[in-house]
Amino acid sequence: MNPQSCVHIHKEWDIVGARQLGREMAKEIGFSTVDQARIATAISELARNIYLYADQGKISYEIIYNNSRTGLCLIAEDEGPGISDISQVMEDGFTTSGGLGAGLPGVKRLMDEFEAYSEIGKGTTIKTVKWLR
Amino acid sequence: METKFKRIVLENSDAIVQMWMDNVRNLKDENYTTNIGDELYESTNREFMNVIFTSIQSQGSMEEVEQFSEKIINLGWPLSYITDGLQVFRRVTVDYILSNLDDMDDTEQIKSVFQSVDDWVEPIIRKLVNEYTGNWEQIVSLQRVALQELSAPLIPVMDRITIMPLIGTIDTERAKLIMENLLQGTINHNSEVVLIDITGVPVVDTMVAHHIIQAAEAVHLIGAKCILVGIRPEIAQTIVNLGIDLSDFSTKSSLKKGFMSALEITNRKIVPLEGKSREEQIKNIIDSI
Ligand SMILES: Nc1ncnc2c1ncn2[C@@H]1O[C@H](COP(=O)(O)OP(=O)(O)OP(=O)(O)O)[C@@H](O)[C@H]1O
Ligand SMILES: [Mg+2]
Repeated sequence: MNPQSCVHIHKEWDIVGARQLGREMAKEIGFSTVDQARIATAISELARNIYLYADQGKISYEIIYNNSRTGLCLIAEDEGPGISDISQVMEDGFTTSGGLGAGLPGVKRLMDEFEAYSEIGKGTTIKTVKWLR
Repeated sequence: METKFKRIVLENSDAIVQMWMDNVRNLKDENYTTNIGDELYESTNREFMNVIFTSIQSQGSMEEVEQFSEKIINLGWPLSYITDGLQVFRRVTVDYILSNLDDMDDTEQIKSVFQSVDDWVEPIIRKLVNEYTGNWEQIVSLQRVALQELSAPLIPVMDRITIMPLIGTIDTERAKLIMENLLQGTINHNSEVVLIDITGVPVVDTMVAHHIIQAAEAVHLIGAKCILVGIRPEIAQTIVNLGIDLSDFSTKSSLKKGFMSALEITNRKIVPLEGKSREEQIKNIIDSI
């Protein structure tokens, strides 16, 4: 298996492809069923945000190692409108689209590490990691 | 000029067919037709050639072409069989005509050889590809309808109780269908309780959860109750991680438990007949769903 891959998000069904690849990789690395579901759900949230707010972008997957620990790193990148206040969107229930506003704070809880960078008019990058226990 | 080329081709059809056959045989390995029996392949190839020659002879008649494309579609052969075959025919025929001309330096003449062969082959390609894609489009639209019918089924299992089993990915279009069918069905069947079974839904993200919550609220507004069943353990965990609060909604881990509480809500219970245990009774009913 290629330790690094990427899925482009253009249309709604690309979200399904993105989380399928993530689930496959997670399974192969040895994540439990629950963690596989967490990773697939996190990918679903990130990919849907790209599809909804930035129109298009991509999700990259990388298997990473740190002091004999193995993890799966996801990077969601887009060149959409960007987010003006990251701490605001990380609040439970904040939404501009009439959603639940649970996506991004949810991803943070589903995964182990979470970092978000964004610049208005330039785009958004979200990097998140799940470590194998 | 054109008539001269045509005469060369028609008079030497055997030689051209032979060259074509030799070339096409090599293609068999690369264009997905390897698992086709040799005999059928050879006989279809001959038919293909007949169709082409008939079309050239009869100034582009399309009747045989249409019949032939129907046959290839029914055989399930790939489109590449036709496009590659015609490509080879074009090449072989141009080569053959050129090698039978006296004046090889006359570029005008060479150009018109290419032109003539293209004029013969192009309408055939266009016809075959059109037939092929028309067939695909029809299949895709039929499957769309079939999928829509499958996407949000509502089963009135018994008086006042209805079940909607959901299997597979839920996208926005499907989420809308779920809502519509749920409301329409609840009214039509006069249901008091609707069980939504999500055992077969692979991922419950915020979008799916949001739609289910909205559907449950809408069902509530028309006076019925909605119970969410089939929440697998890992899905329960991800829902909690997402911070989605389902405490306002009835949820049950299995369809069986959901069904029992639906009976309770509609003021009914399962009474054992003589000789049969209560458990057996429940099992029989569940199995018959
Ligand atoms: N990639 C992005 N580009 C621009 N804005 C974004 C992006 N991702 C999220 N946002 C903004 O952050 C807000 C919160 O996102 P979050 O995913 O947490 O909730 P949501 O998408 O609104 O609802 P849901 O609960 O269905 O995910 C969004 O409403 C949107 O305004
Ligand atoms: Mg979101």
